Amino acid sequence: MAAMPLLDIKNLSVEFTTRAGTFRAVDGIDLTVDEGEVVGIVGESGSGKSVTSLAVMGLLGSNGTVVADRMQFGGKDLLAMSPSQRRKITGKDVAMVFQEPMTSLNPCFTVGFQIMETLKVHEGLSGKALRNRAIELLEQVGIPAPESRLSAFPHQLSGGMNQRVMIAIAIACNPRLLVADEPTTALDVTIQKQILDLLVRLQKERGMALILITHDMGVVAETAQRVVVMYAGQVAETRPVDALFKAPRHPYTGALLDALPERALGKRRLPTIPGVVPGIGDRPQGCLFNPRCRFATDRCRIERPALFDVDAGKARCFYPLADAPVGAGEVL
Amino acid sequence: MTDILTDVMPATGPVVLEAIHLRKHYAVKRGAFKPAATVKALDGVSFQLEAGKTLAVVGESGCGKSTLARSVTMIEPPSSGQLLYDGRDVVGRTASEMKELRRTVQMVFQNPYGSLNPRKTVGSILSEPLVINTPMGKQERRERAVAMMAKVGLRPDQVDRYPHMFSGGQRQRIAIARALMLNPRVVVADEPVSALDVSIQAQVLNLMMDLQEELNLAYLFISHDLSVVRHIADAVMVMYLGRPVEHGPKDVVYSRPRHPYTRILMAATPRVNPALRAERVIPKGELPSPLNPPPGCPFHKRCPHATERCAAEVPALRPVDERLVACHFAEEMA
Repeated sequence: MAAMPLLDIKNLSVEFTTRAGTFRAVDGIDLTVDEGEVVGIVGESGSGKSVTSLAVMGLLGSNGTVVADRMQFGGKDLLAMSPSQRRKITGKDVAMVFQEPMTSLNPCFTVGFQIMETLKVHEGLSGKALRNRAIELLEQVGIPAPESRLSAFPHQLSGGMNQRVMIAIAIACNPRLLVADEPTTALDVTIQKQILDLLVRLQKERGMALILITHDMGVVAETAQRVVVMYAGQVAETRPVDALFKAPRHPYTGALLDALPERALGKRRLPTIPGVVPGIGDRPQGCLFNPRCRFATDRCRIERPALFDVDAGKARCFYPLADAPVGAGEVL
Repeated sequence: MTDILTDVMPATGPVVLEAIHLRKHYAVKRGAFKPAATVKALDGVSFQLEAGKTLAVVGESGCGKSTLARSVTMIEPPSSGQLLYDGRDVVGRTASEMKELRRTVQMVFQNPYGSLNPRKTVGSILSEPLVINTPMGKQERRERAVAMMAKVGLRPDQVDRYPHMFSGGQRQRIAIARALMLNPRVVVADEPVSALDVSIQAQVLNLMMDLQEELNLAYLFISHDLSVVRHIADAVMVMYLGRPVEHGPKDVVYSRPRHPYTRILMAATPRVNPALRAERVIPKGELPSPLNPPPGCPFHKRCPHATERCAAEVPALRPVDERLVACHFAEEMA
């Protein structure tokens, strides 16, 4: 493990100005990623996981305001950079794979053009070398007959193949950090498996750090080394993958795991979490999870918990769960 | 293909819906100078659906599961084969008899954001089936709608709200309520929880199971998620390129899958519990084009156990070890 993390974010908040007022989508999160580490960010829709990644990439729209105490990549301050300096990093040292391969590729240009565009801008390649590098990349992501695919348009390829192309574009400049936002959600399970294996293989081969954003607990459990569980824009729990899935400390993590059909074998009813993730106007006082938490006390309803140290990680809860509560959750 | 019914999984209870060798072929034009091709979206699917039970249809996109839903709900007539509700054949019915039959089977769609009309209130969404199919008056329809909202766990005072005022999980409850307004006996649910978050998914699955128990509903539950299917289904049918490849009671199929495709699907499903993870079989290739399916076993190009026989001979669906399976080597897959 490197002495200094590759990505070091302290107290990051992202606010959106809408007609209805200001909405804080990400609320003071800390995130560090070491060189070569695989970090999984899980959360339900509205938890702020995608907005966090867009803030890291510098891809937020003009109505999004990013505030942070510290936001460093490879020792450089991302917040102090000019937009043109930032663009030199984005797409080169930090690259991203998006959820919907069919919509994130440009339908008007060939696959080859879209890969070569990145290489031209960041690596200054041209001519034969450019073309060869593009073919080599398609080969690395497991696309059969890569030479003939350079002239294919996205609609001529399947979803899985398009996602491979997206990954080829992302790894074109040997990034040190790859951010994959729900990279397999739109794909079938067998293709999902292929894409995850590809990402993990590339990550290992290149010693690249990987942030994997997903709502699928199974995907995180099989892929990540460390997991960040997000809830309503905050970090609820962050711990190494084995510890987290064996004995979650935050009641939200515990309840999420209990709600998985996989963990309810033999039970007729699935344990559920009552209510929904709080939206724009209805963030509760105290702990953000308290209205849905089985263990909430008066203290939770008034005071907002900080991220406390728990074994091997942190959890934002006054009363972290003890060992082995999973499966013991009563049916609500 | 034989027409003797050795390829139907025998039911143990009263059968509400029976499909016999359902086929749905689409003609696809490929330009002015090429002959039209045929896509065999459904190619001989037979099953029996019992009252109060759930048959899950599992497969990847393009396997024909949505075409099956469209055939069973009589949105599209099958190209050939029979569909029997309570033993009565759907084909050859008059229009008014069809209207009567259609009431017995209702559908819940995948995306609750797209399947509800945004310009209608919940009350009018729920009463619309009654307007079309019953002589009920306005007041009675509204009462029914309110009662149904309570049944699916929505607050009856929200009857005049519009779909956008509800969360995804609540919208799926509205969609389920709408499907139940005409007291159907069969509900076809096409990926009903795959657009929902995990915690919401659990709520909707619980609701579906409660309603099934209360109303003795039969579900045709279409899904790609094997862990959801394992929770809710009584029987499972795995489909590949328009054909069932394995069909049997849930516990039999999950504990001893005998078709290589079923095994690969199970191994590819991400697991939270490391003990449940199967050996790492990385599935090869992608679903072949249904316009040009490979000869022999449709799965042989992706199958780790394929032999020459698989490339030449289509395996028939046959009973092996308490389930039906379409593989030449099913006996050896233990």
